[in-house]
Amino acid sequence: MTIHTISVLAQDHPGVLSRLAGLVSRRGYNVTSLSVGRTHRPGLSRFTLVVKGDETVVEQIVRQLDKLIEVVEVRNLSENSFVERWMALIKVRAPLDVRPHVLQTAEIFRCRIVDIGEDAIVLEATGDRGKVEACLEAVRPFGVIEVASSGAVALGRTGFGARKESPVEVFQI
Amino acid sequence: MMNGAQMVVEALHREGVEVLFGIPGGTVIPLFDAMVNAPFRQVLTRHEQGAVHAAEGYARVSGKVGVCLVTSGPGATNTLTGLADARMDSVPLVVITGQVKTSLIGTDAFQEADIFGCSMPLVKHSFLVRNLEELPAALAGAFFIARTGRPGPVLVDIPVDVQNARGEFDYPPALSFPGYSAEAAEELSGLDEARRLLKRSQRPLVLSGGGIILSGATQELLDFAEAGSIPVATTFMGKGGFPERHPLALGTAGMHGQAQANRALCEADIVVAVGMRFSDRTTGRLDAFAPKAKLIHIDMDRAEVGKTLAPQIGLVGDAAKVLSLLTGAVRGKNCRAWQETIDGWRRSYPLEPSGEILSAPLLIRTVRRLVDEATTVVTEVGQHQMWAGLHWEANRPRSFISSGGLGTMGFGLPASLGAAFATGKPVVCLAGDGSLLMNLQELESCSRYNLPVKIIVFNNGSLGMVRQWQELFYDERYVQTMEAPRCDFVALAEAFSMRGYRITGPEGMESTLREALESPGPALVDCVIPWRDKVFPMVPAGADLGDFIWPEAEEKGGSLH
Repeated sequence: MTIHTISVLAQDHPGVLSRLAGLVSRRGYNVTSLSVGRTHRPGLSRFTLVVKGDETVVEQIVRQLDKLIEVVEVRNLSENSFVERWMALIKVRAPLDVRPHVLQTAEIFRCRIVDIGEDAIVLEATGDRGKVEACLEAVRPFGVIEVASSGAVALGRTGFGARKESPVEVFQI
Repeated sequence: MMNGAQMVVEALHREGVEVLFGIPGGTVIPLFDAMVNAPFRQVLTRHEQGAVHAAEGYARVSGKVGVCLVTSGPGATNTLTGLADARMDSVPLVVITGQVKTSLIGTDAFQEADIFGCSMPLVKHSFLVRNLEELPAALAGAFFIARTGRPGPVLVDIPVDVQNARGEFDYPPALSFPGYSAEAAEELSGLDEARRLLKRSQRPLVLSGGGIILSGATQELLDFAEAGSIPVATTFMGKGGFPERHPLALGTAGMHGQAQANRALCEADIVVAVGMRFSDRTTGRLDAFAPKAKLIHIDMDRAEVGKTLAPQIGLVGDAAKVLSLLTGAVRGKNCRAWQETIDGWRRSYPLEPSGEILSAPLLIRTVRRLVDEATTVVTEVGQHQMWAGLHWEANRPRSFISSGGLGTMGFGLPASLGAAFATGKPVVCLAGDGSLLMNLQELESCSRYNLPVKIIVFNNGSLGMVRQWQELFYDERYVQTMEAPRCDFVALAEAFSMRGYRITGPEGMESTLREALESPGPALVDCVIPWRDKVFPMVPAGADLGDFIWPEAEEKGGSLH
């Protein structure tokens, strides 16, 4: 069992998220995270799925996703090098007496402070999955109140060779 | 200018629709109103499940898109079984459902159901049309998607206010499906290796599925098999894709497959599996499937290649094309020893029933003898269906219609109705007493349209297939399977204004069947068969195909039917 990051470009029609999520759950695939957001092209969304499974299972996921009518392109990013980011907003207890320690820890993980209140602050941790998880562990002793985190978002690396633009360009959506 | 409902009718006409199956209801009154002078036929069934199975029957027989129109809420949810059935067996359908008006969607309005959401896992694709501008593209897209590629059901949900809105009609609209292409993306890099394996093989076997029929590849399959004298077994869905009277035909393989087909799978050194998907009913225990064979899997759906079994060679493409590319490699092959081995199995496991007692195999073979090759047979689901798989000789594609993947009891009668509209010729409906009672109301539809649907009821007064499992694997605890229907099927037929007959023994069987088949219009023949009869051969679920149950000789008189 290895972890694969799959990138799906799909038309952003109503129901496409249900269709995708439904397929994944119906066929019993082991999905660690699923995130979705717009792209620079109007009408297209990009889904990023992180799935656990051996090669055949992941190949099957890719093929089944590709069969969805609204799915324009599916890529298993793990086959090549790619960049991946997770983000977490962590609300952590930080009364004045310990606040410097909290900030110091946040600094180690290059977190941004996005909100501050009487006895708590909200940190924004960004990075690969390992970093975000480590950051959460590091601030846990101070008392974590709430966490909201994104799944992974990822793109294949551009590199320096001539990488072709995705074929979607030619379609008028 | 026309309204949305008129646009639907016009679109159906332009898509070549000949017949539409459905039932009116509150949210489709505008649609039915627009059909007053429609150039296609409208058929009223008595239940929406009947309508969708009838559309399936029509589509399976004709190869064209079956169309079904029902109202919102319960009308729509009643089509779900048919959608699932069509998806499993790759049947092209367009199911149009009415929906409450857009401003009421999500408010739990009267007869509102989220059919777009409910049907999502069951359809090839679906559209919820939220305004008139989207309507032409949704309809054209639905037909395009249903009939191209691997066919399947498409749902179009149309709120009643969209049906009433007025606008200009532009058809066909520009279609934009950047993620979908009508042609299969081919993957044929394994061709040379496949040819090499085929040339070398001593015991080759073709296992062909429903894809042969969908692709229209029966001639190519015949050419391939005859070129190399390669025996052909089919899956249950593949029945009719290869003429079963052909000397190279082994019949169906699988749980209730013919002995020689299952034995051949166990001994073959190469299996060319084409247009099939390795269903558990076909393969038996997966890791013991075709244990001595290299596997070449040909399918146009690349997701099927490697889904359940990893082949040595996967070839993605249209069956007709790929088979013809392989034919040269087998030309002139002559596997005489292999043929003789197979003929030995044929002799060891004869299927001919005794003529002394009335049994399903005897009835099926007799009916088969009495009808011509143009006749379509449709089955319900259960024991009689498996007996039909074993004993009905299907020689022509689209002549043997059955719910294979989903196994829907209640499919057969309405599907027969649809088949009769497709062919205009007599249709034989083989039905168990249990299945027939699941959509019995469609007797009325057969009668009202005076369709030549000949219903042969295999009446064993039990839910026979489950009863068979209970006898064999559950110590004869017949829980809920021996509740004999307390109804008189002949009287029921007559109540529905059709001819009813009863057969209780072999004497007079043939003349009664002949009379029912030759009389005009629908007829029902209630055939009383022993409840203890079981379908053999049988591979128990999860066992390997070579381990089929075959009754001892002394038992054959009573049970081997």
